[in-house]
Amino acid sequence: MDGSDFYDTFFEEATELLEEMERLLVELDTSAPDLEALNAIFRAAHSIKGGAGTFGFDALQNTTHRMENLLDLARRGEVWLDRSAVDRLLEAGDVLKGQVEAYREGGVPDAEAARRVCDVLERIANDKQGTPADGPSDDVSPDAAAEVRCDDSRRLSITITGIKDGEADLLAEELALFGTVADRRSPRTDALALSLTTTAADDDIIAVLCFIVDADQIVIETAGERPPAPMLRVTVRDVDVATQNSLCAELATLGDVGAPRVDGEAWTVDLTSDLAIADVVAVLGFEADVTRVTVESVAPADSVDRANDKQAGDVATGSSDAASDEASTGTPPATAPPARTSGAKDSGGSDSTSIRVPTDKIDHIINLVGELVITQSMLDRAAGDLERERGEALLAGLSQLAHNARDLQEAVMSMRMVPMDFAFNRFPRLIRDLGAKLGKRVNLQTLGGATELDKGLIERIMDPMTHLVRNSLDHGIEDAATRLAAGKPEAGQLTLSARHEGGNIVIEIADDGAGLSRERILAKARSSGLSIADDMPDSEVWQLIFAPGFSTADAVSDVSGRGVGMDVVKRNITRLGGHVDLRSSPGVGTTVRVILPLTLAIMDGMAVRAGGEVFILPLGAILESMRVAPSDVRTVAADGHVIEVRGEYLRLIELHRVFDIPDAQTELDRGIVVVVTSESRRFALFVDELLGQQQVVVKNLETHFRKVAGVSAATILGDGSVALILDATALARTTAMTRPAPLSPSRATTTHETLESPVHD
Amino acid sequence: MTDPIAATEADTREVLVFTLGGEEYAVDILKVQEIRGYSNITRIANVPAFIKGVTNLRGAIVPIVDLRVKFALAEADYTAHTVVIVLNIGERIVGMVVDSVSDVTSLSSDQIRPAPEFGAQVDTAYLQGLASLEDRMLILIDADAMMTSREMALVDSIESETA
Repeated sequence: MDGSDFYDTFFEEATELLEEMERLLVELDTSAPDLEALNAIFRAAHSIKGGAGTFGFDALQNTTHRMENLLDLARRGEVWLDRSAVDRLLEAGDVLKGQVEAYREGGVPDAEAARRVCDVLERIANDKQGTPADGPSDDVSPDAAAEVRCDDSRRLSITITGIKDGEADLLAEELALFGTVADRRSPRTDALALSLTTTAADDDIIAVLCFIVDADQIVIETAGERPPAPMLRVTVRDVDVATQNSLCAELATLGDVGAPRVDGEAWTVDLTSDLAIADVVAVLGFEADVTRVTVESVAPADSVDRANDKQAGDVATGSSDAASDEASTGTPPATAPPARTSGAKDSGGSDSTSIRVPTDKIDHIINLVGELVITQSMLDRAAGDLERERGEALLAGLSQLAHNARDLQEAVMSMRMVPMDFAFNRFPRLIRDLGAKLGKRVNLQTLGGATELDKGLIERIMDPMTHLVRNSLDHGIEDAATRLAAGKPEAGQLTLSARHEGGNIVIEIADDGAGLSRERILAKARSSGLSIADDMPDSEVWQLIFAPGFSTADAVSDVSGRGVGMDVVKRNITRLGGHVDLRSSPGVGTTVRVILPLTLAIMDGMAVRAGGEVFILPLGAILESMRVAPSDVRTVAADGHVIEVRGEYLRLIELHRVFDIPDAQTELDRGIVVVVTSESRRFALFVDELLGQQQVVVKNLETHFRKVAGVSAATILGDGSVALILDATALARTTAMTRPAPLSPSRATTTHETLESPVHD
Repeated sequence: MTDPIAATEADTREVLVFTLGGEEYAVDILKVQEIRGYSNITRIANVPAFIKGVTNLRGAIVPIVDLRVKFALAEADYTAHTVVIVLNIGERIVGMVVDSVSDVTSLSSDQIRPAPEFGAQVDTAYLQGLASLEDRMLILIDADAMMTSREMALVDSIESETA
């Protein structure tokens, strides 16, 4: 691993942490913030800061430091994060993302944005910190703090211990002469901690302070770790003596360790350390089961009363629940909320059980395994000619190989699978922002977030999903007044759900908005020159909004319809091998359903033959197969030929005509008809025979060639030859009107061949 | 596009010589990945006749074009001796069927002359020049320009995007 690998890892982690932070911030209930969430947000900022410091990304480090300060105050209940503060934090998160992106691309982050956001964070930290219980910090001027610069001057953390009554204010005043004092705290009654942004050298500062205190009472650190080393109380339950000793040794590497105490089954020790609680838990995780570990920050004994007073003060002033939650963790360790350690366990535990691998490495393995599976089936085929007795051992080995290859393939494929939450988690922010912009209140519900999907697919489904969600908010869900008038709750409901259905994943975006207007869509379609019938079923009417160029119409959106780009949404999804359908009822809402294959790399298919050519039909598209007699075929003037299957007339498509295959079976009763479904349309596909079901490795035709009409991809058969994978959707569509657009003019004459009578006489 | 400057600046270059309808053509050896027989081609429907289909080249799905058909040369038959030159065109791989492969030879820059406006079966836009080699004349093909051209229909263009 060279340095750039570490950088990449940091960038990826930072991006994930920022996403996590954003998710938590959006979810944060500002009226009663969850302490666990605040801690998690703080940890995220802290981790990014740490990494940024290691790699020398100063702007990132500075900005996260400001954020961390504010979050630290929030989780200690000294600052109350209201909605606007959360908005500012979200904006700060955006700036951080920009900084990470800039560093990733080797650029320089936008200093102006960083300065702005630092100022804002600083101001919130100071403004909100005005409760009487915080007495000593009242003299810090918010205006002064707002002038703080992130980039030029140094930011120092200064801790002075052993001071006498009255000296604290004096010291603070002296320090204010050097620059801007912020974040002033008294971790202990005889200590003063604050951060100072200054251009002065450490020596100069110490020289001045030495008029009041001794040099050895002063600790100056460059910004980074929080200035006062807080006392942490570590409690481990059910632990034997040997482990106690090793825990002591581990803790000693982290900071000053007090004398251990044993109370029943609980073993308790005090640690004075700058480390975040999560970090301490993570370290202890090497020695002990983290579920038995409780780590919490405690005030030294002589100030416990003060802390309790402060808690009372906060509650009395109507401050957040976080304050009381926080204070309650200061009470005896045995009753400490388990939530805190479980949260810490998440961050500590996942590091040790997962490994970060670039996706192209996994893809490479997937390719290799695909080749292995092909080789295995080639061997299988070759062994088919062997005499049973002579080849018994070989055949048994081959069957074992087939089994192993299949298991290996499944295991490798599962490495690419990630839960849908990866996608869903981005929407709370979008809905929050967009809802605020549109002045609509929208509740988001997500279902089936644990449903797994190929990572590549998730990335590519994000844009279409975002578009659909925007549309729902923009055009689907009405404003509050309209909703109330219609007898609906004021806040709109948007539901994102995901579930597995056969070999597919079904993602639904449902709103309880106004629904689509059938009349408007039909009118618009007519004026765009589309030929449509009045009695078109709803499902086909809704498909119209996916037509290219159709959807940009404001005529639709001003009533109830969808905005721009539905054709793009549909095209993107189709490209992924999926399809979209839509249900809508006026006044009740609209549900868009996206159906995608679970993975792009492997597919269950049915090999079918027409003439001398073999094609793969996706198994998911096949409903049934049957033999039909020529007399079952009806001619429909407008639509070619149909056959009746269980009372339903299905369009008959002959594979050999679509692909112009010579020597194929043309007698309907000598071949077989497969009923294929695509985008909720069904048709009957006539082929010579079914060769059998098999799992195929999907190979992109466009890597070295180009798109082929009616074909979604290709695969390699057991004999090493290439078979084309049929695109049911394209088949249904292209044969409905014209043949696939021919590339060579010489074949243009065959354009309407599929509409000719398949059966003569 | 053709790059005559690069062609003349390079002192010597190795080329693979092949024949097509009685003419001798040459392609930069660095573009050639391998030479293989013509077998196991899967036909693609509704494409120009000179695109014979696709084949499996160690897991990659690679198109095969028949230059004999493309340039309307003598009857193209496919036997055990039919030769496919596999080319690397940027990130892509493409196989081209030719009459036969003769040899690999070195050409120095002073042997290469600009191609006239006519004379070969191949469009001059895809030619890098003509080379004289004793009494032979080699037609230097710009494989990149030819295989990515629209008339070869090997690469998606905006117009050909299917509905």
